[in-house]
Amino acid sequence: MATDTPPAPATPEQGSARGVTHRGDRMFRGLSRGSGIALLVLMAAIAVFLSWRAALAIGADEANFLTSFEWDANADPPRFGIAVLAFGTVVSSLIAMVLAVPVAVGIALFISHYAPRRLATPLGYVIDLLAAVPSIVYGLWGALFLVPHLTGLYTWLDEYLGWTGLFAYDGGPARSLFTAAVLLAIMILPIVTNVSREVFRQSPKMQEEAALALGATRWEVIRMSVLPFGRSGVISASMLGLGRALGETMAVATVLSPSFLIKASLLNPGGGTFAQNIAAGFKEAGSTGRDALIASGLVLFVITLLVNGAARLIIARRKEYSGANA
Amino acid sequence: MSQTVLAEAPVEPAQPAPSLRRPRLPRWAPLGLAALAAALGTGVGLLAGLESRLQWGLMAALLYVVLTVTVAGAVEGARQARDRLATSVIWVCFLVAVVPLASLLWETVARGVQVLDGYFLTHSMNGVITMEPGGGIYHALIGTLEQVGLATLIAAPIGLLTAVYLVEYGTGRLAKAVTFFVDVMTGVPSIVAGLFVLSFWIIILDFGYSGFAGAMALAILMMPIVVRSTEEMLRLVPNELREASLALGVPKWKTILKVVLPTAVGGITTGVMLAVARVAGESAPVLLLVFGSAQINANPFEGAQSSLPYYIYEQWANGNAPSYDRAWAAALVLIAFVMILNLVARGIARWKAPKH
Repeated sequence: MATDTPPAPATPEQGSARGVTHRGDRMFRGLSRGSGIALLVLMAAIAVFLSWRAALAIGADEANFLTSFEWDANADPPRFGIAVLAFGTVVSSLIAMVLAVPVAVGIALFISHYAPRRLATPLGYVIDLLAAVPSIVYGLWGALFLVPHLTGLYTWLDEYLGWTGLFAYDGGPARSLFTAAVLLAIMILPIVTNVSREVFRQSPKMQEEAALALGATRWEVIRMSVLPFGRSGVISASMLGLGRALGETMAVATVLSPSFLIKASLLNPGGGTFAQNIAAGFKEAGSTGRDALIASGLVLFVITLLVNGAARLIIARRKEYSGANA
Repeated sequence: MSQTVLAEAPVEPAQPAPSLRRPRLPRWAPLGLAALAAALGTGVGLLAGLESRLQWGLMAALLYVVLTVTVAGAVEGARQARDRLATSVIWVCFLVAVVPLASLLWETVARGVQVLDGYFLTHSMNGVITMEPGGGIYHALIGTLEQVGLATLIAAPIGLLTAVYLVEYGTGRLAKAVTFFVDVMTGVPSIVAGLFVLSFWIIILDFGYSGFAGAMALAILMMPIVVRSTEEMLRLVPNELREASLALGVPKWKTILKVVLPTAVGGITTGVMLAVARVAGESAPVLLLVFGSAQINANPFEGAQSSLPYYIYEQWANGNAPSYDRAWAAALVLIAFVMILNLVARGIARWKAPKH
């Protein structure tokens, strides 16, 4: 804050242009730097506080936190484990990815290369808007519309694929992990489509035209020039979608009837996910119960961090050779 | 498929041009095949007595793809057939995706308008028996507006200043770390943000459930979005403007405040509004931190509140028809709110976009 110490009168403008001597400059610089630092502190605080409460809960846990199949965090010797939750979270998100990504790539290609131009722009807007629909609305639609409409499909799957065990279905409301996965797939579809479409749009026009001029069909153009260019973009888009699906709370909480069992069948009700379990168990949780939920939240946090980190790495690698920017 | 070419060539020796080309399907072929597939799908569905219309549709789609490939393969050759296969698969993908998304919007609108009226918007759920119709979302609207407003008040300045730091000042390790952790923050699930505020504000500092606690969690979710979009906008501001201002002797902070930020203001507003739209639909942190209430509580700093997304969840959980109706109506209001924010944000972006 030594504003008037520099004695050199010949260079005040220079000094101010560099933004070093002015008091306003220092304050503004400090302020913006400070908020950057505040963000870092916040991230650190999230990690520290969650770990601390989680450590308390895991210390009190009488069962194995990683492998136990039960969740009695409010009992006197609390016993809980995340095995069922980890299984449910990973399985439902992966199925959602498998269902959503091919369709999303298809829609993205449709908008960028197939749809008539008149249709393509409004479609892009609509997909943008759909990405903004809140997850609770998807949850409500899933619970009241999707669940009753899936029983037919599940009976059919059971009839023809029931022997695998994976698709066995005993009737009743279709409130299973697979339903959650279908709903998650519908939810992440707009996001994955959006990012992929952005990437496909940036694919080098010259290459495409060159391929067309050599007599390639449209599909050959896409296979030879658009998909290779967009591959890493699609991968990172699906990772972002996966991140969304892993942390999704309400949409899963509304369509799943949970139980602390891992079942071979994906179509029968049961199982659970981290976020769903937190939402479902929070109101009845006592103090250890809450800490136990925080511990499971920490695991979810770490998993999403890893997935997002991987997505960022892929995007960063792509930047090196793309250079194209809109 | 060169036999076809050879076979056709001698028929019309007067015209050499067609012989150089493979025969193509007429332009109306895809449409015709689609109609045929749809008819077949419906027929099979009716005959086999399949109840689900979805199965009819899926069957028709499959038939369309198979038909296209066989016909194209027979007439146009393998390469064209593969191209037709890709085209039809992509069209089918698009239609398959449109069905659930359109149904979502349709259901929400169709069921939402049944209860949505002035009474619904201006009354709370206080004293309403959930098994019966009546009540409204006034308390939830107040909660949403206050929580989102507070979250914006916290997140927008920090996000904006952080973006200014990254673009105008940031060099070296700190800037890199901030960029990295902003990316990390984008991926924080909303329920984790809620748990963090729960652990530190409610469990450790021992404050009660309140709208403000929820707003803090929403702010955590907003910050990275605001930083990202603002950063992008600031980078679009041409350097010549900064240089011209600095050359006139204007200090850097004034340059940023008077030249850089006003130039980018449209984009920044859009980014903030999109972030607002995103967090307005979050229900998980509200469930953990605001707790929900049936009464009007206009004070966000004390006592439980409600919010629109939470209200939808609560009404769904009641599990009876009048509650479902209220849930749909609230969902319609929420979607309308989010969509309007989105549209206005995009409108601002277009209106304020730098013209070249």
